[in-house]
Amino acid sequence: MKPAAFDYVRPDSVDEALEVLAASGDEARVLAGGQSLTAMLNMRLANPSVLIDIARIQDLKNISLVDGMIEVGAAVTQAALLAWPDLVKHQPLLAQILPNVGHYQTRQRGTVCGSLAHAEPSAELPLALATLQGEVVVQGKRGRRVLSAADFQTGMMTTDVAADEMITACRFPVADAQSRSLFHEVSQRHGDFALVALAAVSTAQGVRLGVGGVAEIPRIVDLPLLQGEAVEATLNDLAWELDGVDDPHASARYRRELVRRIGKKIINEVSHATS
Amino acid sequence: MQRLDAGLRHRVRFLLNGRAVEGDAEPRMLASDFLRQVLGATGTHVGCEHGVCGACTIRIDGKAQRTCLTFAVQLDDCRLETIEGLTDDKGDLNDLQTAFRRLHALQCGFCTPGILMSLDQLLEEEPEADEVRIRDVLSGHICRCTGYQGMVDATLEVMAARRNAAGGEE
Repeated sequence: MKPAAFDYVRPDSVDEALEVLAASGDEARVLAGGQSLTAMLNMRLANPSVLIDIARIQDLKNISLVDGMIEVGAAVTQAALLAWPDLVKHQPLLAQILPNVGHYQTRQRGTVCGSLAHAEPSAELPLALATLQGEVVVQGKRGRRVLSAADFQTGMMTTDVAADEMITACRFPVADAQSRSLFHEVSQRHGDFALVALAAVSTAQGVRLGVGGVAEIPRIVDLPLLQGEAVEATLNDLAWELDGVDDPHASARYRRELVRRIGKKIINEVSHATS
Repeated sequence: MQRLDAGLRHRVRFLLNGRAVEGDAEPRMLASDFLRQVLGATGTHVGCEHGVCGACTIRIDGKAQRTCLTFAVQLDDCRLETIEGLTDDKGDLNDLQTAFRRLHALQCGFCTPGILMSLDQLLEEEPEADEVRIRDVLSGHICRCTGYQGMVDATLEVMAARRNAAGGEE
């Protein structure tokens, strides 16, 4: 469980990091907190020949409000965002979700953007980004792109970030004062991978529901305000559509049942708060 | 910009339990291996080596972290605390270690150094933490023989004792 050899580069700025990326192409990987990537290197599931450590770049350590969005730099740890004094006021869903990301120890090194880059199907932060319709800022020597959550994650553990680009920040919309949100996940042990994770946010039309841990990427559905049996029927259709599979942790049938039950609970709670 | 070649060893310097230390490491060397093999600080244990078990947890710049998910070259200029730093100069156990022993919070002791370092941060930063919070912190560790009840009891007891001691000084 030791990684293969790699060159280690510690740039002092984003520009320097982009230079190295452009020169190394797909031989390089960007290292921030390393709470997913280093495990992959140890298991040799990833074998880059260059690691670009961006954790000490000061410009990437900011949390700020920009045009109605919370912008989180690529070197901001999950613990730092959780400790941001304005988080509960500006984005209560993130405040609910972050304590479920990994463990106390991994949140103190692991970054918010790093979890998005890893794009693990059961990870909570990609689910938060998709449900809240956030954005990811990506930079390369060719320029800067802002990707919507829907364009960002293209599949299981794959994103639209090109080999010569890196994530410099992600953005979560500031929550509307009227809106309500809820998160609930089921895992075998607190901090383990979610068997099913659900997030719900009230919208002008009804409720937006995000489901993680079942399909390859978070699945987002916008639902009108539903009552009683209509909620159950909609969730049942969704549970089947997600096409979950049996794995050693849970059966597909159990996952469907979790989507139905937890989905009903959080949709009802979020809708009642709205109406 | 620093660039360290894959095949070469590079000088790494940091503070270990208040003392300046240095040694040479290839970029791929894990911090856990550097502590044990280069510096001989074998109190930090190595379990799963992919971030699951928490045995290798130490405090880096005050924050409990897994050293199997950190490379030695990332430790440059950092401040590290390991299990060796918990005891005093004579080697006497600190209050948390003493409570662990008395309340049977360990059996084989393999996972204990990592757990103590996580709880060391919790005791310092959140002296009023409740049982739920203590269990949340412990969830980042795996103990396969004793279980967690003794650890929770020991932590709560030390928190109460430190509060009493602090109150008595006023």
